[in-house]
Amino acid sequence: MNQKKAKSGRIEPYLYIVPSFILFAVFLFYPFFKTIYLSLYKTNKMGEAKLFVGLQNYIDLFQSSSFYNSLAVTLIFVVIVVTVSMLLGLITAVLCNRTFPGIRAFSTAYALPMAIASSSAAMIFQIMLHPTIGIINKLFGTDINWLNDPNTALICVAILTAWLNSGINFLYFSAGLSSIDETIYERASVDGANGVQKFFNLTLPGLSPIMFYTLVVNIIQAFQAFGQVKILTEGGPNDTTNLIVYSIYRDAFFNYRFGSAAAQSVILFLIVMVITLIMFRLEKRGVKY
Amino acid sequence: MNSTAVAENTNRMSKEELLELKEAMNQKAMTKKRIKTATTIVANIMVAFVVLLPLLYAVSIAFMPSGELFTTDWNLLPKNPTLQNFKDALTKVPLLRFIGNSFLVAGCITIGQIISCSLAAFSFSFLEFKGKGILFMLVMATMMVPGEATIISNYLTVGQMGILDTYPVLILPYLTSAMGIFLFRQFYMSFPASLYESAKLDGCTNLRFIWKILIPLTKSAIGAMAVYTFINAWNMYMWPLLVTGSDSLRTVQIGISMLNSVDSQSITTMIAGVVMVIIPSISIFIIGQKQLIRGMFSGAVKG
Repeated sequence: MNQKKAKSGRIEPYLYIVPSFILFAVFLFYPFFKTIYLSLYKTNKMGEAKLFVGLQNYIDLFQSSSFYNSLAVTLIFVVIVVTVSMLLGLITAVLCNRTFPGIRAFSTAYALPMAIASSSAAMIFQIMLHPTIGIINKLFGTDINWLNDPNTALICVAILTAWLNSGINFLYFSAGLSSIDETIYERASVDGANGVQKFFNLTLPGLSPIMFYTLVVNIIQAFQAFGQVKILTEGGPNDTTNLIVYSIYRDAFFNYRFGSAAAQSVILFLIVMVITLIMFRLEKRGVKY
Repeated sequence: MNSTAVAENTNRMSKEELLELKEAMNQKAMTKKRIKTATTIVANIMVAFVVLLPLLYAVSIAFMPSGELFTTDWNLLPKNPTLQNFKDALTKVPLLRFIGNSFLVAGCITIGQIISCSLAAFSFSFLEFKGKGILFMLVMATMMVPGEATIISNYLTVGQMGILDTYPVLILPYLTSAMGIFLFRQFYMSFPASLYESAKLDGCTNLRFIWKILIPLTKSAIGAMAVYTFINAWNMYMWPLLVTGSDSLRTVQIGISMLNSVDSQSITTMIAGVVMVIIPSISIFIIGQKQLIRGMFSGAVKG
């Protein structure tokens, strides 16, 4: 009896994690290794690995100017998205830091973009940026074909993405602000510090732990943009918005080059991993709690 | 006015006058505070207008007769608001079907994640077993793999399984999440170990403990997970785009892009469709916002 109980006690803990681990195994671990495997092969149109080519897919990528373009475009995109969305999140969080009548409605408004799909938002932006009827051209009195101009298309897609991500940043920063001890502000006021000084000397350092976490999440999130590119620009004009995930999609499902697409997926994974690891290294050194 | 009164009678300041002075100072502080509040509100209104502009613009266009849209004048608000666009959107594509599909898919994903994640988190927080540390690390490591990096292999896998263009293919890959396991575990770890031990002593089985004690105690975490998961599932784009082909299975985000054509007449119809599709996710967000914030950030900030 006791032995039986002990035995079932040994198996039981695993039973609770089995459902999750089966799913992880099928849809995460297996595809992860399969992607690496595929990246070493030439495939047929069905995506079956046919010919082992070693690192040839990677060599081809690093010799193609379109891949470098895709990487460069993605980097610029990530920088714009992360900067703008974090700034927007920070500004809105600071605006809602002190209580005032109607604060709840405003908080909801600032967090709202996180509930909106990239595809829905892209369709709205498409009309806002429409060259003849769009509100943006009317507002600025310009006559720019925003999404077809190689100079502006990437910025537009980036701003849209920043807007989408700003909602959750607002929540992160609000949570960070509310954890800052109020009394340090009072003491600073007594010492004669003005608002700007307080912001840079107290608020920002107080936010640094959450700021750091938000930065990592934002960078990873920005690398994954897809729906907005697909709907707004399809990678164009002249590949100026051919972000890496869109490039993967195009290689796999239009050109049926699954091997090359897999190699790009591996590179995307490595970039995200390296950035995450570097950030956590830096955090250990730089951020004071 | 008060200050002159005080100045005149400085030599014999009565209690009354002192009170008056105090009041005057208070009033000054009040005015200062009021000005500050007013500035905050004005700044908020301006910023909120910019943030909400895309949504307000979409709602406005959704009610606009398509003729009104094509003008170079300012046309922020519809002059003759109409519901025609919504009717058109519903007849042009089977939008209600898409909405139903999305509710089904997002609902199954949400319930599935809550079950699988709370079971796994229970085991990781209350039970002892071999390899626990490594297995938990493995779960955490999956958070570093962007879904887009494995999506091609997943597509090929489900193709081989022969489940392309079915409901299961939309739901299965998302029935668990590392973030959910982590979130629930954070909550469970805050309970004293004696909670589990005393329940055990009373002869409570593990499943009963989860069902009767853990779940009621972690309602806020479950609420947060539910809101977050549902919204993300509702907003899914890339996976449904790849794995569904027939109209009857399309989810809303793919479905509305069928309304997306450059043909000028349909812009208002398309935006009406977009508005209808945004409403469910926004409503759930607004209803569940408090839960979401409480559940997700109470743990996150403390570290």
